[in-house]
Amino acid sequence: MHFDAFDRYHEKASFLHRLDPRVKTLVTVVYIVSNALLPDGAWLAFVFAWLFLIAVNLLSQLGIGYTFKRSIVALPFALIAITVLFSIPGTPLFSFQLFMSNLTITDAGLLRFVSILIRSWLSVQMAILLVAVTRFPDLIHALEHLKVPAILTTIIAFLYRYLFVLTDEVFRLIRARESRSAAAAGNRSGGGVFWRAKVAGNMAGQLFLRSYERSDRIYNAMLSRGYAGHLYTLNPHEMKPRDYYVTAFAIGVVFIVQILGRL
Amino acid sequence: MHFSPAPLHIPDGFLSIVISIVCWVITIITLSLAISKTNKALGEKQVPLMGVMAAFIFAAQMINFPVAGGTSGHLLGGALAAIVLGPWAAMLVMTAVVAVQALLFQDGGLLVMGANILNMGLVTAAIGYGLYRAVAGQSKAVRLSVAGVAAWLSVMAGALLTSLQLWLSGTSQLGIVIPAMLGVHALIGLGEALITVAALSFILQSRPDLLGEGSESAKGGRGWIVSGGIIALVVVLLSPLASADPDGLERVAINMGFIDAGQSAPYSIIPDYTLPFLGETAASTIVAGVIGIIVVGAVVLLIGRGMKAKA
Repeated sequence: MHFDAFDRYHEKASFLHRLDPRVKTLVTVVYIVSNALLPDGAWLAFVFAWLFLIAVNLLSQLGIGYTFKRSIVALPFALIAITVLFSIPGTPLFSFQLFMSNLTITDAGLLRFVSILIRSWLSVQMAILLVAVTRFPDLIHALEHLKVPAILTTIIAFLYRYLFVLTDEVFRLIRARESRSAAAAGNRSGGGVFWRAKVAGNMAGQLFLRSYERSDRIYNAMLSRGYAGHLYTLNPHEMKPRDYYVTAFAIGVVFIVQILGRL
Repeated sequence: MHFSPAPLHIPDGFLSIVISIVCWVITIITLSLAISKTNKALGEKQVPLMGVMAAFIFAAQMINFPVAGGTSGHLLGGALAAIVLGPWAAMLVMTAVVAVQALLFQDGGLLVMGANILNMGLVTAAIGYGLYRAVAGQSKAVRLSVAGVAAWLSVMAGALLTSLQLWLSGTSQLGIVIPAMLGVHALIGLGEALITVAALSFILQSRPDLLGEGSESAKGGRGWIVSGGIIALVVVLLSPLASADPDGLERVAINMGFIDAGQSAPYSIIPDYTLPFLGETAASTIVAGVIGIIVVGAVVLLIGRGMKAKA
């Protein structure tokens, strides 16, 4: 597996790709906070925030539907919010029978449900765009500049660096299990649920030991190359005037969205 | 390829801003404690170790076993990490896992990441370690079965916290979300418990030195037993209560102002040019925040006292 197998970064030379990662991270967070602050049913503000998202999408040269396609990931969670349809008192829209209970959808409930989905949908898309136009190491570097403690960013950097190695290890373990799990036609392979859970647990234990021993080797290799407790980057980030303009502009847009949401 | 182990990764938009911030505050306080403790206790060597261990948890979440009808059991890993790495290191490791899941895979939001770290990383580690630590020195069978119970409870605690946060944010109805989440996670927790126990027994057989006296995992103070035990007890007591009588819990929350704090305040942070801190909803927000901080402070104090007693 290649080291960037998990990356959602798309190599392009767009305006967004060239922006300082700090600016991109900050604007994404501000945008998400702004969405969370919008009241239910602030349609004008939702539309305006969505237009901003589309504009940023266009700037990224990834295609206007790029984040939309990938935003489906957060959809299953909408199930969690479905109960607000029935639970908020308001004018009944229609009711139906389900499992012998009477369910009535109210207008207030529908308003809240749709608002939650829109807020979530807009926020997820901005986060998707952030990682599509920012290399992950740059993102970690930006977090460092934004005062996330070094120990955490270093752990995250290691996690990112060795994720694909250990995933390969997992695939080897799974392949080994499958190659030993043959069954005659019409018969099930393997024992009961407990036996299968035990096999999975042994695999996790095995993976732990391999990872633990690997981390020893990694540490020794790093020491021999001069590691003294810090990771350095060859890619120092410098804020250019452009970065300041973009930050100011984005915060201005968010401000307008907030005002529209409260009109 | 990537699998999200349990429906605990809350996306952005599903928690109100007040609940998100309260969770961030609790998470940041706990994490700064974890960072100062690990910085003191561990050498530079431990940072690469924790990084690789975070990748291990991430990768281990991909290991599954078929249960029935196309469903499969998975590992969340908080309890296992706490038992093999010690509680503070496990919290940092789980934080990294949750952060990467959110940043790289959009599995969980950014504004709500504080809540996700709290639910999946901090509480699971505290329960997992606290209960396991309570039976240190007992026979292997006792330790393994307690580890299993702890793993199950850690998943239940995560589910309970997630439900409460969703409900306080006005996203779900308590009477539905609690039984649904706890019901699903009672089963998911079984998978977690079985894998955790099997993995631990494997490690105890092949590298007992990693879990023995003087190992990283044995370094946590006895205060963990108290705090882990308390959280576990709250889960055990609150879950059936909340499932059986959600209206009762809701009434208590309304009386104490939690509901107002979670739901109405976000819209009154910038009300019509009036000072928000004079508003009734904002006052209740502060009360809720203060109560949260007092609870965290009490837990932290207990932990600190336990550590001092040990030292």
